[in-house]
Amino acid sequence: MTINQSGWRPEAPLANGAGDQPTFTGNRALMLEEPLLFEIGSTDRTGVDFETPSPLVGEGRGEGTRGAAELPKNRLGGLERGAINLPGLSEPETVRHYTRLSRQNYAIDLGVFPLGSCTMKHNPRLNERVARMPGFADVHPLQPISTIQGALGVIHQLAIWLIKLTGMYGVAMAPKAGAHGELCGILCIRAALDARGETNRRVLLVPESAHGTNPATAAFAGYSVENIPATAEGRVDLAALKSRLGPDIAGVMITNPNTCGLFERDMKAISDAVHAAGGYVYCDGANFNAIVGRVRPGDLGIDAMHINLHKTFSTPHGGGGPGSGPVVLSEALAPYGPLPFVAKMPDGHYKLVEESSAAQDHPGTFGRMTAFHGQMGMFTRALTYILSHGADGLRQVSGDAVLNANYILRQLEDVLDAPFAASGPCMHEALFSDDGLAPGFNTLDIAKGLIDEGFHPMTVYFPLVVHGAMLVEPTETESKAGLDQFIGALRSVAERAKAGDESLKSAPHFAPRRRLDETAAARTPILAQRYLADEDD
Amino acid sequence: MRYLPLSDDDRRAMLDAIGVASVDDLFVDVPAAARLSGPVPDLPMHMSEMAVERHMGALARRNVAAGDAAFFIGAGAYRHHVPSSVDHLIQRGEFLTAYTPYQPEIAQGTLQVLFEFQTQVARLFGCDVANASMYDGSTACWEAIGMARRITRRTKAILSAGLHPHYVSVCQTMAKFTGDTLDTALPTLEKGKPGDDMARLLSSIDDQTSCVVVQNPNIMGHIADLSELAEACHAKGALLIVVVTEPVSLGAVKSPGEMGADIVVGEGQSIGVGLQFGGPYLGLFATRDKYVRQMPGRLCGQTVDADGKRGFVLTLSTREQHIRREKATSNICTNSGLCALAFSIHMTLLGEKGLRELAALNHAKAVAAAELLSKIPGVELMNDTFFNEFTLKLSRRSRSLVRDLADKNVLAGVALGRLYKDGDGRENGLIVAVTETTTEEHVETLASALREALA
Repeated sequence: MTINQSGWRPEAPLANGAGDQPTFTGNRALMLEEPLLFEIGSTDRTGVDFETPSPLVGEGRGEGTRGAAELPKNRLGGLERGAINLPGLSEPETVRHYTRLSRQNYAIDLGVFPLGSCTMKHNPRLNERVARMPGFADVHPLQPISTIQGALGVIHQLAIWLIKLTGMYGVAMAPKAGAHGELCGILCIRAALDARGETNRRVLLVPESAHGTNPATAAFAGYSVENIPATAEGRVDLAALKSRLGPDIAGVMITNPNTCGLFERDMKAISDAVHAAGGYVYCDGANFNAIVGRVRPGDLGIDAMHINLHKTFSTPHGGGGPGSGPVVLSEALAPYGPLPFVAKMPDGHYKLVEESSAAQDHPGTFGRMTAFHGQMGMFTRALTYILSHGADGLRQVSGDAVLNANYILRQLEDVLDAPFAASGPCMHEALFSDDGLAPGFNTLDIAKGLIDEGFHPMTVYFPLVVHGAMLVEPTETESKAGLDQFIGALRSVAERAKAGDESLKSAPHFAPRRRLDETAAARTPILAQRYLADEDD
Repeated sequence: MRYLPLSDDDRRAMLDAIGVASVDDLFVDVPAAARLSGPVPDLPMHMSEMAVERHMGALARRNVAAGDAAFFIGAGAYRHHVPSSVDHLIQRGEFLTAYTPYQPEIAQGTLQVLFEFQTQVARLFGCDVANASMYDGSTACWEAIGMARRITRRTKAILSAGLHPHYVSVCQTMAKFTGDTLDTALPTLEKGKPGDDMARLLSSIDDQTSCVVVQNPNIMGHIADLSELAEACHAKGALLIVVVTEPVSLGAVKSPGEMGADIVVGEGQSIGVGLQFGGPYLGLFATRDKYVRQMPGRLCGQTVDADGKRGFVLTLSTREQHIRREKATSNICTNSGLCALAFSIHMTLLGEKGLRELAALNHAKAVAAAELLSKIPGVELMNDTFFNEFTLKLSRRSRSLVRDLADKNVLAGVALGRLYKDGDGRENGLIVAVTETTTEEHVETLASALREALA
């Protein structure tokens, strides 16, 4: 196919000089600069109107609303608020401020978002509509149980799907995101070991290729971490793992499919060895999209695995969350899962097991890990997604996700070094390295070059086991035409990097900003707009 | 399948290009015994958009929406009116379907929002800096205790009896595994200042104390001056952590920063996010400049690009898990970005003028409701001070009363019996929240239901 059907090339405006022409505003047509809220708002402007407080309060209300001291008969105990210096905007100004800012973002809605291990797939809009139904959005977490049977029903139905899709015994729905799910699983393991009286098991084994959250979680839960090496073909070194197992090992944290984009063929053998040595197996489920509907982690001997609903089940990433990280558990770990949880009673009603009834209903629990019931707004979206796809659709999801990734791997392995291409098919993400680029050129240059081509770059410099790693995860919601255009763009950028095209070193040229000075940002952090007296002008 | 663009012809062409016969051949590394030959058994097949909407709608209708009842529930999550433009703006695909801003050149929208959000939170809390959000108030509370441990190198935290009991539970869960010692107490229904334990806190601080954690207004709505407590903490080298579960209160009540808090954490759900049955919510986290390198979570900072233009990046990431791994200040990765956006937009719409008006309206309505309800025989108002939430002591157990009133479409509040074991009269306590969404008619409805139930 033709990569750029119009024939227009980005060099054109620069070549005729017009691209350098400054504008009065600093804008470039639809590329709009937007000042900070603190530079355009003021403390006396607002985008909301309120009714006047009820006269029941009594007499003596002063003019204006500047100080709470003017409230009649207030019950604030003399602790009135001083100046806050929060600027406001009218509604039209607010809408424009955020709309203009939004246009400086790349998003799935604009094109391929191939961040490896992040599963940036299309977010169906039905899910958004469902999450906003008043019966879900306008319900308080502490309402009486009789008034929340539908909400508990959603949690229960989603729990059943997750259990069956993974072939596990139970599921903890409370965790707020993937790393919180890891914590949940590790706390289950620790509670199980404590229950066995094996408090000397305080080491978790983590492969070098693991997400940074794995060792951070282990440390957060009071464990020490030891790395296990990878084989030359990018998988866990089973012999090295076995040799390290012993009475001080609590378990392993393994990502499968792993962050090199490969399925851990020895997963069952790893699980068996760890179990035989008295430990437990935690699986990082960040890459579940590769196998959903086709492979059940429960069949591989896993004891706990978090599922990122914001990855596999398409709840929106929202520029950094919210996520949701339910953890499926084996029969050995399920007794230790967190509070609260939903239980279905014989009469079809649901009940909530909280601290007050835990002693009889869930005595082994490690406790509560968040204030309420987990990410309900993500549960409604994920259940909607799952029901839309069904068991057949989910199987097609993983099939297409893996097909798309292998297509990218094989279309680009002649131009980019693919260190594990000989290991066999990849799963849902294709891994490349910076080997073979011209001297002085690196992965960052390729990433920034892709930005000029209108794409979000892939995950870069991760996993750490590959030099200058580029991890490409297309997901199943890309069309072949979209993939071909992405492949053409990445090929073009890679060829420029191999040829030593200097213009790539200063890319991006066409984004709202050029490369940003991250060193300066960290050396003298400016993390908030300081209040200046003239801001109110 | 409406969400999958590949046609069978596409799949065929791609398999040919890869050089395999079928998609199954791409799964050869999965042991055959673990490979399913068809869809996962015992689960339904795909459904149309209309059918799914019908199914989910039926579940939604099995809940009582707060807007369809006389509604007085708070205790850590509050029902406020969210202007319609907030939800429209957060549904712009460029915000909704973006990732964490790892490539700042094409994520300036999210980054500038985070910078503005951090500034708004810092100013609201009376602090120097805030981070880009945590999961929720309870997890932010635990992260604050961990941060105090790192700063003071001490492991004893004193938790106020007025701290939300679910927050206490979360901290207890984590402390079991980290070795921190938590000094906790159950709240009492003390007339005038329910849940207050200032004397206990002041007398418990010693030179082993890493921090004192106190909620203001507390779980029962009581507001306290924390200045003396802050001084007492600092005199012993401990930090004062203040928890705010109702940020709207800070439009009327003196900020924790002004009272001397070192770390202020909170639940931001009140502003922009909505009830959502408990999540996703928004953890707020702010502190002093000097502690910024011990903070958990993402931080957005200002810088310049290669042309000298102002821009924003994620910064100080050497604190974070993707760089520091097991030595990180927290394991948090994904946070509550979209909720932070909603909070920030709502706060922009309010501005200081709107926030003060909103807070004044909440307080005025709560004062009026408290006066009315406290005249009912069998109802005693326990609070001298409160913002938009107060605690009543009833002449009967409140948990069954709440259940009875729910059958009459009155969601009367949170019974202390739902949150605590019985004792010290707690079983008769009822926490009642009143916001700008509460009408006089709602208050009358609650009043007559209480009159009837307590007669």
